[in-house]
Amino acid sequence: MTYQFDFGAIIGYWPMMLHGIAITAELTLFGTALGIAVAVLGGWARTSGKLWLNLPVTVYVELIRNTPFIVQLFFIFFGLPALGLRLDAVDASILAMVVNLGAYGTEIVRAGLMATPRGQVEAGASLGLSKPQIFWYIVLAPSLARIWPALASQVVIVMLGSSVCSQISVQELTYVASYIQSRSFRAFEAYFVVTALYLVLALALRQALLAAGRHLFKGVQAR
Amino acid sequence: MGFTTWDILRGLLLATRWTLALSAGAFVGGVLAGLIVLVLRVQPHRRLAWVARIYIEIFQSTPLLMQLFLAFFTPALFGIDVPAWAAAWVALSLWTGAFLAEIWRGSVEAVPAGQWEAGGSLGMSYLEQLRHIILPQALRIAAAPSLGFMVQVIKGTALTSIIGFVELEKAGTAITNATFHPFTVYGLVALIYFCLCYPVALCRGWLERRLNAAHLAH
Amino acid sequence: MPLISLTDIHKSYGQNEVLKGITLDIEPGEVIALIGKSGSGKSTLLRCINGLETYQQGSIRVAGTSVLESAGQLRLLRQKVGMIFQQFNLFPHLSVGRNVMLAPMVVKKTGKAEAEALAKEMLTRVGLGQKFDAYPGQLSGGQQQRVAIARALAMQPLALLCDEITSALDPELVNEVLAVVRDLAAQGMTLVMVTHEMRFAREVCHRLVFMHQGRIHESGPPEQVFTAPQTPELRQFIGQRDAA
Repeated sequence: MTYQFDFGAIIGYWPMMLHGIAITAELTLFGTALGIAVAVLGGWARTSGKLWLNLPVTVYVELIRNTPFIVQLFFIFFGLPALGLRLDAVDASILAMVVNLGAYGTEIVRAGLMATPRGQVEAGASLGLSKPQIFWYIVLAPSLARIWPALASQVVIVMLGSSVCSQISVQELTYVASYIQSRSFRAFEAYFVVTALYLVLALALRQALLAAGRHLFKGVQAR
Repeated sequence: MGFTTWDILRGLLLATRWTLALSAGAFVGGVLAGLIVLVLRVQPHRRLAWVARIYIEIFQSTPLLMQLFLAFFTPALFGIDVPAWAAAWVALSLWTGAFLAEIWRGSVEAVPAGQWEAGGSLGMSYLEQLRHIILPQALRIAAAPSLGFMVQVIKGTALTSIIGFVELEKAGTAITNATFHPFTVYGLVALIYFCLCYPVALCRGWLERRLNAAHLAH
Repeated sequence: MPLISLTDIHKSYGQNEVLKGITLDIEPGEVIALIGKSGSGKSTLLRCINGLETYQQGSIRVAGTSVLESAGQLRLLRQKVGMIFQQFNLFPHLSVGRNVMLAPMVVKKTGKAEAEALAKEMLTRVGLGQKFDAYPGQLSGGQQQRVAIARALAMQPLALLCDEITSALDPELVNEVLAVVRDLAAQGMTLVMVTHEMRFAREVCHRLVFMHQGRIHESGPPEQVFTAPQTPELRQFIGQRDAA
């Protein structure tokens, strides 16, 4: 038997798809901005040489990296209200993404910080810079420049992972796909088109992040 | 309600069997798919190499969840009804294969060009160089990251609950609906995943240090 | 009949022509050094002889076999001509003995016992008989380079090509490698080397070939090249060397 493809049946849903893309973008934007902030703090803590900072961050990183994102999301959305923390679906999704990206990002930033040549720090100290000044001006910027491509890849992974947020009824792109297929009974077409949209989003996001990196770290030698 | 934490844990552990089975199956399938894609990717024929590149790009740049949906719904177009476990296995294998192929390609390329030249200058053929000089070194480089990807596969199986495969995550949701103890249940689910993944991650780290040290001592 | 015969070799990388018509005959037993500034094309020429680089025009024949006729021909040629690299390129995953045994076993299908005996003999020849079970990473640079020489010798080549084989070594390790090369020369091995060790080249070589901008600018016996250089470029090159 032959199947008649009917992409026309789902084209009419384009405003919904645009809305889905907007929500996915919103999740990714907040998740990324806050997640990178957590990653920098985490990376700093991991390389601080202080056990009381290093240990809890290590536990956080390992717990997150060794459990599925969907379980983290469900724990936050369904489980945390038991502790009195009740978040709406979008906030829960963003929190889960921040926690997830923060853990992976911590290890990426740590690797970048550890690759800082010892001489750089010594040169800064010999110029009379304070420790925070050395970290901010001499260590952090070149480290971020070094690891930016790896961080960009991780952000793309987190964006793709946000497709799971449909499961707690966030109306992002995957949710839209499921909605369309339940209405049009055109499951293949709906998922195919949305998958293609994700592909475009992922490639565009990656290029945008790399371009942002070139702009942000202009003049900082990435090595 | 008469559910104790022990009851919950027992139910979850029973479902963990299916998580383990699917993880192992997907890893084996992924190794096979990865080998095919790797060979296509590195052989000299340009067009075939492009096919492999596009394959890798598509599977790495789209959500695994979407791949699962497509694996589940596409056979239906041809009137074939696939069980959830089969769709899950196929999708996870293809997805794993894309990542493993890329890890392995990087490993082959990480062997210095001088090693190829040394083998060539001794009169060895391409295949002889590959077999005796390049692959033994590339396997060393690839071992730890390949094992590390196993963690991603185990975590990836959690998504198969969404297309209806009953594994650990799905069991967690079912038990939550029966017990109304989401904090305990999802906490335990996370803990079980951690107990599955963390030893693999530790092995990966150990392997990395061991093979690195061995490499330096050589 | 010359052992290695180069005729009008031209090679370019894109627009950049690095070899502009090289013709050179090398007799059996001859020891030749290619000298010249970096970028003069001497390493490229050496790599062409071993088929590691392709060239656009001209021909290279080694003991009657033409380089680049086919992959099979190239492999035959490479069994006749060994190559020693600046960076040693030992196989880090194999012991020293295995490094030497590999090519005879794989390429020539030599039996294991025979290959082992051969490897021991070659390692003894370079003064490393006792390092058979060591791994390359446990050896000094000088020792690694001597293993690389033994590895090439195990294929019983007619000639050895040496591409700046002491350039990556600490100064105190250079002499042990040069001593091995000097022995090989004394035993009648055909040697073509690219080197910056001018004193060594003057002592050991039969002929020096001065390359300049992709051409053979001047060549002759060491004494003539050093004491009576004909061209201003060679005079300048030797002058710089003496000053340095």
